[in-house]
Amino acid sequence: MEDLLREYLPIVIFLGLAIALGAILVLAAVIVAVRNPDPEKVSAYECGFNAFDDARMKFDVRFYLVSILFIIFDLEVAFLFPWAVAFKDLSMVGFWSMMVFLGVLTIGFAYEWKKGALEWS
Amino acid sequence: MTVAAFTFYAFAVTTLLGGLMTVMSRNPVHSVLWLILAFISSAGLFVLLGAEFVAMLLMIVYVGAVAVLFLFVVMMLDIDFAELKAEMARYMPLALLIGVVILMQLGMAFGAWDYSEGVAERLAAPAGEVQNTAALGQLIYDKYIMLFQLAGLILLVAMIGAIVLTLRHRTNIKRQDILAQMYRDPAKAMELKDVKPGQGL
Repeated sequence: MEDLLREYLPIVIFLGLAIALGAILVLAAVIVAVRNPDPEKVSAYECGFNAFDDARMKFDVRFYLVSILFIIFDLEVAFLFPWAVAFKDLSMVGFWSMMVFLGVLTIGFAYEWKKGALEWS
Repeated sequence: MTVAAFTFYAFAVTTLLGGLMTVMSRNPVHSVLWLILAFISSAGLFVLLGAEFVAMLLMIVYVGAVAVLFLFVVMMLDIDFAELKAEMARYMPLALLIGVVILMQLGMAFGAWDYSEGVAERLAAPAGEVQNTAALGQLIYDKYIMLFQLAGLILLVAMIGAIVLTLRHRTNIKRQDILAQMYRDPAKAMELKDVKPGQGL
């Protein structure tokens, strides 16, 4: 247990440095920077005309589709990792179960390719 | 206090803070960012438990993918959040009631909580020379093959469901047809005509 944690020590140090650097940058901006706001400066910038409306608007639902498809293949790859690491000790059942898993997801991939879900209109 | 204990408390406090701020922050985009903080620090907790693979999975899947999905959802909902906040006061008593009930349930559960014997040895889990990920690999694909295949089928259903629900082709749009482009014959694409002066075609 202690050995395991010792291996992670560099990462913890990195994490601490990153947090410290981020905090320093934010605090330096708060302390050092000149702040002199007036209504014209803090209003939304729009080139040449007044802003029409809020920046919040509806996104196209296709962004969501792309992101969901990404998650699914991300999970598929995540399942491949332990399989690859334990490949030496796997039984034939283990090998072929992964092949079936990949086959099932390839069916899905073929379906979405055929449907044109990967194309951007 | 050892380094491990200090790290545990740091990650635990950060997780709780992230979860609390996810609920409390006014801007939903900030909520998602706090949620990412909670994910990352719970990944740290998993590493402390010796579950390295789960920790890395949490980073890849939750921080890398699910958080992005949440951001899209937050941005896709065209909700006036100021109005929503005003509504919140109306539901406050009900929310408080549910909170109290959950608190009491947790109190009852943890009041009856007791460790079994020999928990100290089992707690220091990482099993000697077999590594975490390799141990998982030997289990998932062989012993739990049924669950593994079910996971694959669930992913397939999710994929098809997402496509069926959200994909609609616009009709008045020109799409690129790559095969047609490749089979195009330049010789047939253009024709030269000799036009005599004073006459049209």
